[in-house]
Amino acid sequence: MSRISEAFQNKKAFIPFITCGDPDLETTKAVVREAVKNGADLIELGIPFSDPTAEGPVIQGANLRALSTGVTTDKIFDLVRELRLDVKIPMVFMTYANVVFSYGAERFISTCKEIGMDGLILPDLPFEEKEEFEPLCNQYGVDLISLIAPTSENRIAMIAKEAQGFIYLVSSLGVTGTRSEITTDLASIVRVIRENTDVPCAIGFGISKPEQAKKMSQIADGVIVGSAIIKIIEQYGQEAPGPVGDYVKEMKEAISL
Amino acid sequence: MTNQNGRFGIHGGQYIPETLMNAVIELEKAYNHYKNDPEFNRELTELFNEYAGRPSRLYYAEKMSKDLGGAKIYLKREDLNHTGAHKINNVLGQALLAKKMGKTRLIAETGAGQHGVATATAAALLGMECVVFMGEEDTKRQALNVYRMRLLGSEVVPVTSGTATLKDAVSEAMREWTTRIEDTHYCLGSVMGPHPFPTIVRDFQAVISKEIKQQILEKEQRLPDAVIACVGGGSNAIGSFYHFIEDKQVRLIGCEAAGRGIDTFETAATVNTGRVGIFHGMKSYFCQDEYGQIAPVYSISAGLDYPGVGPEHAYLHDMGRASYVPVTDDEAVEAFEYLAKTEGIIPAIESAHAVAYAMKYAPTLDKDKIIVVTISGRGDKDCAAIARYRGEDIHE
Repeated sequence: MSRISEAFQNKKAFIPFITCGDPDLETTKAVVREAVKNGADLIELGIPFSDPTAEGPVIQGANLRALSTGVTTDKIFDLVRELRLDVKIPMVFMTYANVVFSYGAERFISTCKEIGMDGLILPDLPFEEKEEFEPLCNQYGVDLISLIAPTSENRIAMIAKEAQGFIYLVSSLGVTGTRSEITTDLASIVRVIRENTDVPCAIGFGISKPEQAKKMSQIADGVIVGSAIIKIIEQYGQEAPGPVGDYVKEMKEAISL
Repeated sequence: MTNQNGRFGIHGGQYIPETLMNAVIELEKAYNHYKNDPEFNRELTELFNEYAGRPSRLYYAEKMSKDLGGAKIYLKREDLNHTGAHKINNVLGQALLAKKMGKTRLIAETGAGQHGVATATAAALLGMECVVFMGEEDTKRQALNVYRMRLLGSEVVPVTSGTATLKDAVSEAMREWTTRIEDTHYCLGSVMGPHPFPTIVRDFQAVISKEIKQQILEKEQRLPDAVIACVGGGSNAIGSFYHFIEDKQVRLIGCEAAGRGIDTFETAATVNTGRVGIFHGMKSYFCQDEYGQIAPVYSISAGLDYPGVGPEHAYLHDMGRASYVPVTDDEAVEAFEYLAKTEGIIPAIESAHAVAYAMKYAPTLDKDKIIVVTISGRGDKDCAAIARYRGEDIHE
């Protein structure tokens, strides 16, 4: 069993998203450790990109703040090497296709394997283009995570059948960011996913409150939270690890009830 | 030229969020249906001819040719189209297509404002809602075009993210499209973005080279020796090149905005300074750093101030079929002034990049050679900025 599937074993997974280097790499390290201590089951680490087209203003801001401090892909690989000394839960990278392509796909993906990253989420790499990286991901045992959106409809089965690691189910139209209400009929989408794969399914985009997380965890196998955490980091800066830890604890409890 | 997956050699593709995949698939299906539909083509031709003023003139620039002392220079006058640029060709095609698809709302990005104005115009004509995303920096550089779009009934959204220029306007339009797909068509302004946009936009702009070919055969009874056009995303260039791609004796020359020079960081010359990457839905050449972060590009021309180039241009470059030359701000401004004084034609600063290269190239050719330069737009919008460049403080 892969480390990613273990994260979903007999529990609902809580998956925090953290942009590496916002406000600096030391803080990122401390935030990840606090999140793990407080019940995170899988960590999504964002490698910042200059033009994150799938992100709303909050995560766009985190990307630009991180880049302005001189964070690079290599420095983030070093960060993971340090984290892996004590962090045992699965971790995946979230970034954009050009970050991987430009680094050299094989060099990037083989390094993921070497430093202990379990998967890769690329929001600008749909099913039709996954050949770009999937053969290398398979070769090095790094799961290429598939996304399914409210507009996927007739594509759900096709995507689910070939999914690896977990499925990232996008809760709503639009970009990342907190939403007061999620109106997509996610249960129907999850039903089609279940008919086509045993790979677990986590819902992300727009989730910030414990009640929302609880509701989503009743539909799927896990919950991904990004913007709400980035907002805490934006507010507290280097003092963010404590408050993020508290928030992760609250959210994890909500989905465990 | 496009293969099934929207590839031009290794370039092109569909690198977009899953949320948009069904939208581009639906668009491709609709386009493949309507492009062969006689009624659609009749309506589009009527819009081209009766509304936009096509065919545009192919004008023999006799004074310029004699002054430069080399090849005969013809100017393809896309500046004479309604709304003052080639952008209207693509917009009328896409707006009509969107309407047939049942869409009621157009969104668009714009750099210099020409594509935004064209989209606002088509939306007004066809009774559609329209929202245009424009980098805040560009709304200042091109304030008159912002007013024009509003006058035409469109909403203009200033984009403050990133470098607040064309690339950020594209990103924001893409974000908006993922938010509202059902009733909205993203009317992309250049031969870029995910498949099928590079093919659709090229096909609607190919009317330029189709006309050039007919007109030059009428006037000179032969094909030109070279066709020259400016390249940002590359829509007027691909439109000018397309029907000559198989005519190997015709040199195809794209003029990139070098800004302050290709040896500086203040440049937008993508083919000359960039490398292959994946951005804005396509694989192509991009200005980027060693980690793939997209570079903040610079050009005096808001319309060429883009860090990428359309995938078909990337392919024509790889194949050696077209060459892409850098033209600096200084050279473009000189050409802007030269064409005004010599021929009484004020070109858009974008088009002035093509004129600038023609001024260097024509004198190296014999007098029996023929070159065609596409004047993609008119330069009224640029007068205030060029005056400022020359140290004159005028207000619009």
